[in-house]
Amino acid sequence: MERKFICIRCPQGCEIITTLDGHGVITELTGNSCKLGPEYVKQEISDPRRTLTTTVMVEGGTHPLCPVWSEKPVPKDRVMELAAALRGIKLNAPVEINQIVLANALGTGINVIASRSIHGGI
Amino acid sequence: MNKTYDVIIIGAGPAGLAAAIEAKKTGAKDVLIIERNDEPGGILLQCIHNGFGSVLFKKDLPGPAYAYNFITEAKQLGIEMLFDTMVLDITASRKIYATNSHEGFLEFDAKAIVLAMGCRERTRGQIRIPGTRPAGVFTAGMVQRLVNIEGLMPGKNFVILGSGDIGMIMARRLTIEGAKVIKVVELMPYLTGLRRNYVQCLQDFNIQLSLSTTIKRIIGKNRVEAVETVKVDDCLNPVAGTEEMIDCDSILLSIGLIPENELSKKSGVQLDPLTGGPIVDENMATNVAGIFSAGNVVTIYDLVDYVSKAGFIAGKNAAMYAAGQTAVKKYVEVKAGDGIRTVIPQKISVERGLVPLSNEVLFEMRVTKEYPSKISVDLMDGVNVIASHKEKYARPAEMITMKVDWNDLTTKLSKDTAGLVVKIS
Repeated sequence: MERKFICIRCPQGCEIITTLDGHGVITELTGNSCKLGPEYVKQEISDPRRTLTTTVMVEGGTHPLCPVWSEKPVPKDRVMELAAALRGIKLNAPVEINQIVLANALGTGINVIASRSIHGGI
Repeated sequence: MNKTYDVIIIGAGPAGLAAAIEAKKTGAKDVLIIERNDEPGGILLQCIHNGFGSVLFKKDLPGPAYAYNFITEAKQLGIEMLFDTMVLDITASRKIYATNSHEGFLEFDAKAIVLAMGCRERTRGQIRIPGTRPAGVFTAGMVQRLVNIEGLMPGKNFVILGSGDIGMIMARRLTIEGAKVIKVVELMPYLTGLRRNYVQCLQDFNIQLSLSTTIKRIIGKNRVEAVETVKVDDCLNPVAGTEEMIDCDSILLSIGLIPENELSKKSGVQLDPLTGGPIVDENMATNVAGIFSAGNVVTIYDLVDYVSKAGFIAGKNAAMYAAGQTAVKKYVEVKAGDGIRTVIPQKISVERGLVPLSNEVLFEMRVTKEYPSKISVDLMDGVNVIASHKEKYARPAEMITMKVDWNDLTTKLSKDTAGLVVKIS
């Protein structure tokens, strides 16, 4: 079976064409420009993951929201579930960049952290 | 009592911050950034998605985290920043007039200036979408600011016009925040943003993309009620009978960015009608002595990493100019040839009066159409190929960067060349 992928590991977006045998094992792979390509395809077949970026509410800061991101990609089918969990979180200013906002998110072992600092407001 | 600075930078976005840092490191004593927002970082602050830094840091960072690296370094280096301040005018003799609400009218003198004002979004008026004029028609960046910074949701059911990166990224963002993105329509027969954004922003969330399709009219009295879309032919003309009505309450426009050069023009800086930004040489110098320029104000980039790189070059050269160290004696023009729509730099110095500033010359180009298979980008001096760069394919949406060594380039150049041309073969 032939399957096409567009690698999302870098902005180049290589189109990768793979041939899979009956057990989903890659027998042929072309179109990648670097080693990230095969790595991405393997992951995408067995356990697709995405980095989630969103915002959480901040109380008492210069801004009402703080942008956050999952330190590592989380399982793709749990992205919306994680976004919902983060909607329930309220931080208190000041917030420091890289501060853990949600530890071990949904039991994945992955932390959600702040991607900027928010100073205390007036 | 005007204060004189070695280098003044207009704009504290990625280009301006990089320029300030490099100017300071090169030896400029007094470096000032003037910024109209109340904090540094520019548009990166609202670009909360990841995908920044792959070139400079070999990391995949969110926009604010990418900006943080530069903001921290600028602060550590003691670079002065003036916020909430609007520059009103710049003269060719490098006087800067600005204003803010706490100090009133301000005047500065600069030995060198870096223009780093970025760009603004194309609006509904600029593409003349017919129909009524209800509330609910937004530019993508506007919605990005509302959702990511202000914490406001401007609508429930969206149709997006344009498959640019910000449009696709906002399609995902709005979906995550609970809105419904019904469809993305794109006038061109190809995606105008990066393909990885098609995968992770549209495909992942089952958002439909219709190519060769545009909005025929907007319907709604007070608020958008629907849009009528239509297919277009190869000449981009609407095809009768292909209309479709889509109920929605919001339209998001991701239809291109325009370098913001009102100030550049006032100072006498010459613009390139193709890029919409200043004509620059490989040192990011404009035609006005001592005025440099970098980032999206020069040409629209795909990746912030290259904006920062351009900022470094501009900042370094601005500092050297301020110290009286640079003198270019002779230029040759660089023109876009077959298959190339835009190219920067538009001129290259072939004789430099003093120390070479940087030997790496980065040509940043966009192609006119899709090239599905292998191409070669050739830099020609009329007769000979001076430098060549291979790509597996080329798309108008993806900028091509060609690195050329300046010594190499000038050695190969025939003595009386009229100019250089970059073309696809």
